[in-house]
Amino acid sequence: MSLPTVSDSLSLISPKRLDEAWGEEVIRFENLSVRFRVPAERMRTFKEFAIRRVQGKVSFREHWALRDVNLSIRAGEVFGLVGHNGAGKSTLLKVVARILKPTTGRVWVKGRVAPLLGVGAGFHPELTGRENVFLNGTLLGFSQQEMEEKFEQIVAFAGLEKFIDAPLRTYSSGMRARLGFAVATDTQPDILLVDEVLAVGDVAFREKSTARMNEFIERGTTILLVSHSMNTILSICHRVAWIHQGRVHMVGETEQVVAAYQANRDNAR
Amino acid sequence: MSSTNIPIYDSAQRVHPALEELRESIRYRYLIRQIVRRDILTRYKRSVLGVAWSMLNPLGMMVVMTVVFSTVFGRDESYPAYLLSGLLAWNFMAEATTSIMRNLVWGSSLLQRIYVPRTAFAISSIGTGLVNLALSVIPLVLVMLVVGVPIRLSILFTPIAALLLTAFSLGLGLLLSVFAMYFPDVSEMYKVALRAWMYLTPIIYGEELLANGGAKWLLVVNPMRYLVNIFRIPIREGRIPVWEEFWPAALIAGVMLAVGWLVFTRQADEFAYRV
Repeated sequence: MSLPTVSDSLSLISPKRLDEAWGEEVIRFENLSVRFRVPAERMRTFKEFAIRRVQGKVSFREHWALRDVNLSIRAGEVFGLVGHNGAGKSTLLKVVARILKPTTGRVWVKGRVAPLLGVGAGFHPELTGRENVFLNGTLLGFSQQEMEEKFEQIVAFAGLEKFIDAPLRTYSSGMRARLGFAVATDTQPDILLVDEVLAVGDVAFREKSTARMNEFIERGTTILLVSHSMNTILSICHRVAWIHQGRVHMVGETEQVVAAYQANRDNAR
Repeated sequence: MSSTNIPIYDSAQRVHPALEELRESIRYRYLIRQIVRRDILTRYKRSVLGVAWSMLNPLGMMVVMTVVFSTVFGRDESYPAYLLSGLLAWNFMAEATTSIMRNLVWGSSLLQRIYVPRTAFAISSIGTGLVNLALSVIPLVLVMLVVGVPIRLSILFTPIAALLLTAFSLGLGLLLSVFAMYFPDVSEMYKVALRAWMYLTPIIYGEELLANGGAKWLLVVNPMRYLVNIFRIPIREGRIPVWEEFWPAALIAGVMLAVGWLVFTRQADEFAYRV
């Protein structure tokens, strides 16, 4: 089975066209590799570990989640990532979000990154909505003052004015998701990382969040989107990379990459 | 937009991880404040007496222990002050180190989703401990007034002693967390070790007991003994520790913090890889 290689697909977009369409480079991966170390046998306790250590039986299986990734993403692009489960798409987002450091190679990011991976991070059920907004906001790296300035707007967007001083445990899961999404996106991020999280909340809120996404796209926010829905990818992405077993298998215009990916997926069935 | 406002993240920029972590935890100081707030609020939120518990709790314990142990060890009238100041210092260290481990384990699920400097969680635990320590000085002073131990100006030295205790606890907590991240049972083992350690430290009994019992070496090798001492001297003896008492404590605290911070930040990236 022969598939188009990286270099073939790179030539699909001439540098000139990119320069005209998009701004400066904002994300660059250079020979990026990430290695996980998975214990060959699960050791839950220190006792077990100590015994095995003495016996010389501690071993790790190395797993390369990403291998030699080279990509360049420019300001204003909506860049999609497709691939099978475990291909390394989410790992790539985590590298941009600084959650994971490259094992080798380099990642370079310019601008403020809003990770939608962190929606509702650190929410505590006993605290009120208000307290949680501040806790969640500071977890995302905002200062106290910034949060005070944005607070009204966040609550209004989430539509939770009446409940903001009630403990979070009294909220429905939809309300929590709304609050989390409102905090995570109520900024002017330069880069937005989305990992299929848009299906939160009720229909009205989903429309609202889609509207906000579109607002971001129009304003020129760079978006890195991981999705299994080819419809979503086809409707909003400018360019797509197909990640396969940790490597960039193909990168180029949305329709071509999606078509190749789908053909391959159908063949495999 | 000026280019100075745009943050640039470059993984190839070579900064020592220990320094980078320090820089980032300063940048996340608002988060540290929020976590301390959360810890103090949630602990007492659904209780009637609220934050008063953080004072009543040590007060109750102090009264019980004073009554019990004064009859055993307390020929000296300053014994209650001896016991209480020792207990405060010890409890601060014990609570801070265990909660550093707990907080980092809580944080590890978060760290799969967003970037936060890991030490921010540890520093928050210390912050919560310091707030509780400061609050328990009130019952300490109360007890001292009741039992008639004079309160002297030298009590103002205790913040410096508390600072050294803080450094020691943070270093030890970080070091323990490196193990606890891989093996959850380390925190259980530590609880047992902590108890043994406490009874080997002159908290409820005097140093003479070990010195006369031919176990003087136990005093020499126990780092907590030096730190408890400089916290205790200004309260019980009403004087500022002399240089010979001070420098070993400062050295121990400094070395522990440096070792803990370096080992932890060196290992921190590994945590994320090993899932």
